[in-house]
Amino acid sequence: MSSSMTSSFSRRRFLLAGVSGAGALALGGCDRPGQDGGAPAILRSAETLTMASQRLLQGRHALAREFSDADISPAFRVNGTSMPDSEAYAALLENRFADWRLQIGGLVQRPAALSLAALKLLPARTQITRHDCVEGWSAIGKWTGVPLGDLLRTVGVLPSARYVVFHCADELEKTLDGSGRYYESIDLVDAFHPQTILAYAMNGRDLNVGHGAPLRLRVERQLGYKQAKYLMRIELVDHFRGLWGGNGGYWEDRGYEWYAGS
Amino acid sequence: MKRKSELVRRHGAVTRVTHWLNALCFGVLLASGLQIFNAWPSLYWGQVGADTDPAWLTIGAAGSDADLRGFVRAGALALPTTGVLGVSRVDGQPAARAFPAWATLPAHQDLAAGRRWHLFFAWCLAINGALYLAWSLASGHLRRDLLPTRAQLAPRHLWREVVDHARLRFAKGDEARRYNALQKLSYLGVIVVLLPAMVLTGLTMSPGADAAAPWLLDLFGGRQSARSIHFIAATLLVLFVLVHLAMVLLSGVWNNLRSMITGRYAIEESEPIP
Repeated sequence: MSSSMTSSFSRRRFLLAGVSGAGALALGGCDRPGQDGGAPAILRSAETLTMASQRLLQGRHALAREFSDADISPAFRVNGTSMPDSEAYAALLENRFADWRLQIGGLVQRPAALSLAALKLLPARTQITRHDCVEGWSAIGKWTGVPLGDLLRTVGVLPSARYVVFHCADELEKTLDGSGRYYESIDLVDAFHPQTILAYAMNGRDLNVGHGAPLRLRVERQLGYKQAKYLMRIELVDHFRGLWGGNGGYWEDRGYEWYAGS
Repeated sequence: MKRKSELVRRHGAVTRVTHWLNALCFGVLLASGLQIFNAWPSLYWGQVGADTDPAWLTIGAAGSDADLRGFVRAGALALPTTGVLGVSRVDGQPAARAFPAWATLPAHQDLAAGRRWHLFFAWCLAINGALYLAWSLASGHLRRDLLPTRAQLAPRHLWREVVDHARLRFAKGDEARRYNALQKLSYLGVIVVLLPAMVLTGLTMSPGADAAAPWLLDLFGGRQSARSIHFIAATLLVLFVLVHLAMVLLSGVWNNLRSMITGRYAIEESEPIP
């Protein structure tokens, strides 16, 4: 496993160099149907500028601030879904996620399905970080999980891949066509960021249902709605135009920025 | 008898253009900022703040749907504000929302659209302000026209200006060729303190900016402190604009407006000393 983790490292770095700029251009150029109450399309150009300038100033590895145990919020707000409403999820929970598998597929060399136990055996990272909701509140929590970059090195990202899509178990809005299903996406710069982890523990205990059991994403340089809970499947893609609303995420399909760094 | 007056060149082109762009940005940022505030109408000190954390300011609603009551709570003090803050009418019905529909952009509750407006015009304000500051420093405008002279800062002089303002006695003749000390101090306060504070506290609320510049968090004492300071500085800017508009109206609205559009300002000759 460890040998394949290091394979194609230099090629990926080379590929990544072009991603941030190209991603910003793609965002500015795509004309997304307005579900955000008719804010003029030109206002979306600010997102391109914000992403380009933050990426420029951050560099690839600038870390979000990490706090101490004393800073952990005693009551971390549960937002969005607090209990996925599906028989499939109820069955997984009933069995303490022993039957749950994280599917990793799409534009990868070796698709994989990992159990929670297998994930917990991999080298882990623990970080105490601030969670910033787009609404305005913040809370600090301690997250333990597997760096997403490690997993991606294991499965081997194909050169054509540009985004990582996270498919979740929860439906935040009940719709007939299933478009209320939660999902999120990040680009490869954030996917390989050292603080981007798939967390199975919070504040030293197994992740509870309210906070996304069995597994949630932490991508610490972006807002709360990027931190997808109830992860079921990870898919590497070259674009997300045909997926649900086509904007790369549940809230993005409802008018919010895909680049949620501000 | 009509007094003689002379037209002087008051404001340079850069000042005039950036002033009106700034006014546009400020209006949009204020209304969209109130929309964003409405999504979480509580303010805190420190890094964090949510449900159980003590808020120093909350604009909220209490009571049943049939009897909604709005309030503003600051510490132990709670004021009933039904009709304007906390509870106001939406489509004829009382609704729980911190700032009323007439004050927010968009009028209806829409955080996503409010953020689009706010972040676009934040860029406009920051770029416009940076260009103005760079020009003002390079051209000497800041030092020549906005920095109070030693004589202007003398307590006796300042006190006389306060009294003159209170009596609505405005400068004439040579005194009207420059800003008075109260003008200079309030303009400088806006230009070098309040507006930069707005931009920096706005950036501190951004997790991406915090990663790029962690010193922002130390400068303001945390993300929620930055959000509070953002709100306080915005309130001070609103107060400044109210006083500014009152002064524009009281000291000759057409002359003032013309000077900020064409640059030309009429100065009345001072009255002869009796």
